[in-house]
Amino acid sequence: MTSITNSTPIPARQLTKPGTLTAIWQTLQNALIITRREVRDSLRDWRIMAPIFLLTLIFPMLANTMTRIFTSFFETNEAEELLPALLPLMPMIVGFFPVSISLVIALETFVGEKERLSLEPLLSTPLTNTELYLGKSFAAMLPPLMASYCGIAIYMGGLILGEQQWRPELQLVIQIVLLTTVQALVMVTGSVVVSSQTTSTRAANLLSSFIIIPMSMLVMLEGVIMVQPHKRYLLWYIMLGALVTVMLLVRMGARIFNREELLGRAFDQINLKWAFRIFKDQLRGPVGDRWSVGRWYRLSVFPAVRRLSSASGVVLIVITAAFIGGWIAAGTWQIPLDDFQSKDENLLDNLQSWFELGQNNPQLIILAVLQNARVLIAATILAIFTFGVLALILVAIPFGILGFILAQVTASSLSPLPFFMAVIPHGVAEIPAILIAGAAALRLGSVVTRPPDGMTVGEAWLRALGDTVKIGIGVVLPLLLLAGVLEVTLTPRVVEFVLTH
Amino acid sequence: MIEAHELTKYFNDFRAVDRVTFTVEPGTIFAILGPNGAGKTTTVRMLTSILQPTSGQARVAGYDVVKQPTEVRASVGVLTEQHGLYQRMKGIEYLDFFARIYHLPPDLRRQRPLALMEHFGLGDALDKRLGEYSKGMKQKLALVRAMLHDPPVLLLDEPTSAMDPQSAKLVRESIKDLQRDERTIAITTHNLTEAQSLADRIAVIRQGRIIANGAFKDLLQRFVGLPLMELHLTAQLNGTAAELGSLVEVVDEGDRWLRYRTPNPQEINPQVVRRLTGLGLDIVTLSEVSRTLEDVYLQIVTEDEGLEREREIQS
Repeated sequence: MTSITNSTPIPARQLTKPGTLTAIWQTLQNALIITRREVRDSLRDWRIMAPIFLLTLIFPMLANTMTRIFTSFFETNEAEELLPALLPLMPMIVGFFPVSISLVIALETFVGEKERLSLEPLLSTPLTNTELYLGKSFAAMLPPLMASYCGIAIYMGGLILGEQQWRPELQLVIQIVLLTTVQALVMVTGSVVVSSQTTSTRAANLLSSFIIIPMSMLVMLEGVIMVQPHKRYLLWYIMLGALVTVMLLVRMGARIFNREELLGRAFDQINLKWAFRIFKDQLRGPVGDRWSVGRWYRLSVFPAVRRLSSASGVVLIVITAAFIGGWIAAGTWQIPLDDFQSKDENLLDNLQSWFELGQNNPQLIILAVLQNARVLIAATILAIFTFGVLALILVAIPFGILGFILAQVTASSLSPLPFFMAVIPHGVAEIPAILIAGAAALRLGSVVTRPPDGMTVGEAWLRALGDTVKIGIGVVLPLLLLAGVLEVTLTPRVVEFVLTH
Repeated sequence: MIEAHELTKYFNDFRAVDRVTFTVEPGTIFAILGPNGAGKTTTVRMLTSILQPTSGQARVAGYDVVKQPTEVRASVGVLTEQHGLYQRMKGIEYLDFFARIYHLPPDLRRQRPLALMEHFGLGDALDKRLGEYSKGMKQKLALVRAMLHDPPVLLLDEPTSAMDPQSAKLVRESIKDLQRDERTIAITTHNLTEAQSLADRIAVIRQGRIIANGAFKDLLQRFVGLPLMELHLTAQLNGTAAELGSLVEVVDEGDRWLRYRTPNPQEINPQVVRRLTGLGLDIVTLSEVSRTLEDVYLQIVTEDEGLEREREIQS
């Protein structure tokens, strides 16, 4: 053996079976190797440490001075009772400023390293993508979070031990600390996603406004809630919402923080030609040269609908929950339908005149189709920006209303039959259309959080878009047309029949 | 051992690597040459399991690059195109960081960085911040990083770039040492002299395809032709070329010199000398015209460019 090879073979890194406790422990240990290095690097970087130091020590002292001035102002104007409501506002802001630095560190640690070309040696090691992701996320979060806790402690310590002698509720302190932690988590996980999709810190900084602006608005909202002590329970819901966002971002980040995405992306460039080709391929499907409507449905549209199975399951659960929720809400907000019936004896006449109007105006079919299509298109567009969440909400609302009305009808002495007859005839086409469109929108919005293996986020999204358009044209639109025809021509007659017999 | 079979990589529509096939046995050095953007780095990245091949297979140190990426990366030492060091760390900290990642036992974690740094003449720079290292020192440190876990396979991208001649010689000798210790080594380089002196086999890659692959001697014969000899006489030739025509293929001649090709110089050259002496001609020098890897490389690339133009015209 020469001097540069070892006299005995060095044992290769031991790999453990994935999913076991040992493997999880090893993953954490490996992640912490990265964390230690990165934190040490951050501590040596005065550009990071100077603002953290200032925001940790100086800003809480300034905030204390400000609070003393405000307290004096309130006391002078005999508004001391307002102070307990206003005092909790500042610790949250004191905590938020240092935490916002986690965004800068995260962008630096991911995209900065990519830009300085120091990432590839790390990617060539046996570390897994998860270990790298966790290690760097911890490193981005720890120093600012520690600074944030220190800042909060200094500020609150000043108020508690100072002349204000403030005695905050324990629940409030817990809320402030947890909210700060969750905010750091959102910013770090969000910046990982941003960093993975860019190749320069400049682009990452520009994109980070998508994180910092909503976060600042969230802090303002939290502030508004915090000054109203009886509404502070809402902060738990905000925390829950932020945690869900973190989970989605972690899922997305863990998926797209991989070697292929990090090194396969040479520069940020919009390749419209490629994007159009992917979209067109997906829209057309594997029909070959012999295109026909039948082949398109058989080989392209129906397989695309089958791909929606899990998304359809989620939509089904959500609309069922909305229906039940509407039903339950009817118990709280009751409408006196019995009185309404006795007061409006012309109900049938009114309905009949509407039915006749529909029969004389076939354009109503178009209006019905357009109305449904408009809502579903809006749901799809909103899904793109919200990982599919708003599509779910929009699609669920009508079912919540249906549940609410049905509960009102059953609670009164009215027969539920006309209600069912007003929904079922066209509902047989409309409900599947909503279900399928909602599932397609959900998939389109959420596919970015977990693109299929071997596919970039961009390609996965373009293919999901192709599927959505294909399903929209091939399945949803025909169903909506059928529902529109039934709604205008059949449903009124059925309701009329039920009401008159 | 490295085995690549029909390795292909697409980035969207761009085909970066096109059905690359080669084998590197343990104890051999394989050089991958090619113009910038030819697909060398992408090939190395696929062999390191950093990038997934679009199609084709590869095994490195017995592990599949797609199915066993962690095992592959644990068995490979990679010198990347850019050394990518952390400027604020000290040399010793940097190596300790990577030693921990490779799970080196504690005693080796201390000894091996010191031994390697001493070997490459960086013993005095252990406690210096990497930002203070010269380019050559950084390159050597990156090489130490690649050798730290004593991997059976080494993939080295431009191993001696930015180094002074003395350091480059040291690194070349170290690579030869590794070869003697049965390590499998693949280097990508633009330094053709280095490739010629180090490599047992050479592959030329262009537009993602391997357009030539073989030992230097074989490539030389295939692309540049038979060995070329140059003969200088004291007197004018006066029909000497015609006299030698039955023995060798005379390719060029001047007033008092000529050049000829022969497949077997060892056997033919003494016959040439005897014949000329018999004719009463005095020989000043008889030597082989030196042909370098550069000649071979340029010939390979030029031929491929010609073929490409033909294909374009036909299509």
